[in-house]
Amino acid sequence: MKLALINLLPTTAKVPFIRVRFVALALSALVLLFSLFEFANVGINFGIDFRGGIQTEVETGSTTTTEELRDLTAALELGEPRVQEAGNTDPERRTFLVALPLQPGEGTVGEEANQTARQTMETALTSVEGLEIRGTTVIGGAVSRELVVTGFVAIGVALFLMLVYIWFRFQWQYSLGAVLALVHDVIATVGMFSVTQMTFDLATVAAILTIVGYSMNDTVVVYDRIRENLRKYKKMPLADVLNLSINDTLSRTILTSATTLVALVSLYLIGGASLQGFAFAMIWGVLIGTYSSIFVAAPLLLFTDVERESTQGGV
Amino acid sequence: MLYFGRWKLLTIFLVVLAGILFTVPNLVPEEERYTISEIDGSREPRGIWRFIPSATINLGLDLQGGSHIVFAVDMDEVRTAQMEGLAADARQTLRNEQLLPRSVSLVGDEVVVLMIRPDERQQAFEQLQTLNGPVTTEFGGPSLAQMYEMRLDPDDPSAIRISVTDEQFAAIKTRTLSQAITVIRRRIDGLGTTDPTIARAGEDRVLVQVPGAEDPQEIIDLVGTQAALSFHMVDSTIDPGPNGQARTPPGRTIYPVANTQPIQYLAVETRQLLTGENLTNSNVTTHPNYTGPVVGFRFDTQGALVFGDVTTNNRGRQFAIVLDGEIISAPRINEPILGGSGIIGGGYTYETASQLVILLNAGALPASLTPVEERTVSPSLGHDQIESGKLAIIIGFALVIVFMLAAYGVFGVFSIMALMVNVVLILGSLSGLGMTLTLPGIAGIILTIGMAVDANVLIFERIREEGLKGRTPANAIQAGYEQALAAILDANVTTFIAASVLYLLGAGPVRGFAVTLGVGIITSVFTAFVFSRLLAVLWLRGFKPKQLPI
Repeated sequence: MKLALINLLPTTAKVPFIRVRFVALALSALVLLFSLFEFANVGINFGIDFRGGIQTEVETGSTTTTEELRDLTAALELGEPRVQEAGNTDPERRTFLVALPLQPGEGTVGEEANQTARQTMETALTSVEGLEIRGTTVIGGAVSRELVVTGFVAIGVALFLMLVYIWFRFQWQYSLGAVLALVHDVIATVGMFSVTQMTFDLATVAAILTIVGYSMNDTVVVYDRIRENLRKYKKMPLADVLNLSINDTLSRTILTSATTLVALVSLYLIGGASLQGFAFAMIWGVLIGTYSSIFVAAPLLLFTDVERESTQGGV
Repeated sequence: MLYFGRWKLLTIFLVVLAGILFTVPNLVPEEERYTISEIDGSREPRGIWRFIPSATINLGLDLQGGSHIVFAVDMDEVRTAQMEGLAADARQTLRNEQLLPRSVSLVGDEVVVLMIRPDERQQAFEQLQTLNGPVTTEFGGPSLAQMYEMRLDPDDPSAIRISVTDEQFAAIKTRTLSQAITVIRRRIDGLGTTDPTIARAGEDRVLVQVPGAEDPQEIIDLVGTQAALSFHMVDSTIDPGPNGQARTPPGRTIYPVANTQPIQYLAVETRQLLTGENLTNSNVTTHPNYTGPVVGFRFDTQGALVFGDVTTNNRGRQFAIVLDGEIISAPRINEPILGGSGIIGGGYTYETASQLVILLNAGALPASLTPVEERTVSPSLGHDQIESGKLAIIIGFALVIVFMLAAYGVFGVFSIMALMVNVVLILGSLSGLGMTLTLPGIAGIILTIGMAVDANVLIFERIREEGLKGRTPANAIQAGYEQALAAILDANVTTFIAASVLYLLGAGPVRGFAVTLGVGIITSVFTAFVFSRLLAVLWLRGFKPKQLPI
C-alpha cells in the first residue's frame, strides 16, 4: 500500500511558479494575440448548427471517395458542397458528412429551398451503389442565427455568474483574476479551433462552457488555499504565499487533471465521430485551464493587490 | 465528521438503494419486465416489476433514431388574416347602420376606414367601437387590454384608423399555436407512431419529435400541409384562360386543377359553401365509378342540410372541392345528395388516399407551417452511437479505476466505490426522474467520471498533509474532510453554474449534456463527501490503523 504512486509526488513541492510569472504572462499574451490573429484572418470552421444549410451523414462501401461524393453533389448546382470523412470503425464501410450551404432566399422561400435541396441531394446520393443515409440535418437561416446568438450569450452569462459567485465568496480581486483566467481559456480555445480548423458546433459551445466550469474549479481550489495561507502566515510576502499555495495544491491539480484527461481520451478515441470534436475541445480545455489556474489566475493576484486582513467572505 | 448517527446511516443506505433500484431496469430486457399486449402494444409490468421501478432511461432521438423537426408558423399570414377579418367586420357593421364608407382598406399595420361624408365619421367611429372588447386570455377570461386601438385621423377628417393591439396579437399567436399543436397531434397520431412529442417552441414555433421515423419527408408532408378544404360552385361562364391568368369579376376566383397535365384551371365562386370544419369523418373506400381507391366523407348535420340544398338547387352544375388552393375534385351534380355524404375520387393510390384521410380527419391548420430545423438520425446510427458511448464509458471508467488505485492504494478503493455509487446514482436519477439521455449526455457522464474523483482527491490530499504533520489517522481524516469542504463546495458550485446556463440556453441535444453534468455534480458531492467518508470511517473502525497508507 505504501507503494501508492502518490508518494512519488512531493508533498512539499517548491517549484518557483511565481518567479516565472512574467515569462508565463508574456507567453499567455502571445497565445492570446496569436489566437485573435488566427480568428480574424483564418476564421472558424463553423459546423452546420451555426452556418446553416443541409448536412447528410452517409455510409458507403470502402471504394467510395471524398472526390466522388463532392463531384456528385457539386453537379446539383446547389452551392459549393463540403465533403469530409467522419471516422470509420468498420474497414468495409466508410462514413462521410456531405454538406450543402444555406440556400438563398429570405424567410419561407429560403426554408423551402433548403427542403428541396435536401431532397435533391438525398436522391442524388442514394444513386451511389451501397450508400446508406444515416442522418440528415437541415438548419434554416433564422435558426442558425439564433443559435450563434444564444451560444455567445450562454458563454457571456456563465462568465458573469462566476464573477459574481467568486466576488461573493472571496474578494473582488480574486474574482477579477479568476474571470481574466477564464477569458484567457475561452480565447485560447477559440484560437485552437482556428488553427486546427476543427468543426465548431453546438457541442463545442457546450465544451467551452464546461472548460469555463472546470478551469474555475481549478482556480477556486488554488484561491481557497491562498486565502487560508494568507490567514495562516501573516508575515510572509504575498508572492511567497501564492507560490506556497500553488505548491500545496499541486499534487491535487496534477491528479485531477490526469483522471479527467484519461476519461476524455477514452471519449476521444472510442466515443464515435459525433463526440470527437467535443472531446478534443475538452482535452485542450483541461490543459489550458490547469495552466491558467497556476500561471494566470494566481499571479494576477499580485497585480490586483489582495487585502490580507480581510474578514469578508470565507467559511 | 467521523460520527454517523443512525438516521444518517439509514438515509445514506436509502439513497444508494434507490439509485440501484432505479438503475436495475436498464439492465433487464423489456420482455422480462413487461407483459406486452399483442392487441394494442400496451405494456403491463409483470412479476417483481409490479413492486419495484420498471422504467428505463429515456433515450434521446440521437440515440434511438427518429426525426426532430421544428416548424415555424407563418405569423404574418395570421396577422394579415386577422386584419382582413377586421376590415370585413368593419364594412359589415357600417353597412348595417346605413353608414357607407368610401373604402375600407389595409394600409401597413392598420385598417383605414374612409367615410364618404366627414360628418358621418363620429357616428361611424361610435358604431365601430362595438367591434372592440377585451382580449381573451389563454385561460378564457377577459384581460385588461382591448383588442383594437381605434382613432380618428387628425389629418384626414374622413378617416378612422384601427390597429390590432400587441396584447391581442400575442393572444392570437398563442391561440394559433395551440390550435396548430392540436391539429398536428391528431395528424401524427394518425400515423400510429409511439410517443411523439409535439410542443410549443418559443414565440412562433412548434417542435415535432417522432422517435423511429426514418423519413422526415413523410412528417414534413403531413405537418406542413395546411389542409384547408372548401366547397365552391363552379362558374362555367368564365373562361379561366390558358394559364389561369384571366381577369375575374369580383366574387370569382380561378384555381388550378390538381393532377392535370398541362395544368387546367376552373373559375369558381369565391364564397365557400362549406369548409372542412363541416366534415365529421372521412375514410378510404371504393366506388364503382372509379378504378382506384376514393376518399369518402360525411358532413355534420348543418353541413348535410346545406349540401342537400345546394345539390337540389343546382342540378346539372359542377361544384369544386378546393384543398390548399388546388381543386382536387369537381364533380357534376346529377341528383340531390341528401344523405350528407360524398366521395372525392380520381387518381389516388392507397397511400395518397390515406394521407388525405388523415389530413381531413385531423382538420386544417390555422396557418401554414414551414420546417426551419430538422435533425434526423437513422435507428442504425443511433444504435451505433449508444454502443460506442457505452464502450467509452466502460473504458474511461476502467482507466480511472486503474489510475486511482495506482495513485492512492486503499483510499483509491474508497474513491472507486464512491465513483461506482456515483454512476449508479446518475443512471438512477435519469431513469427515476424521466430525463432524456442524449449522445452529449453520455459525454457528460464520462466527463463526470473523470471530474468526480476531484472531490476525493482534494480530501485525500488534505488527509495526507494532516497525516504528515504527525496527527493520528483518525485525526487526520477528520481534519481532511473538514478542511476540504469549502474548496469542494466552491469548485462544484462554479461547474454547476456552467451546467445550469447550458441547460437554460442550450439547444436540442446539448441540453442532455447539461442534464447529466448537473446531476453528476450533485451526486459526486454526495458520494465524495458522504459516502466515501462513511467508507473511511468504517475502515478506521475495522482496521484501527496506526499509520495512514497515503
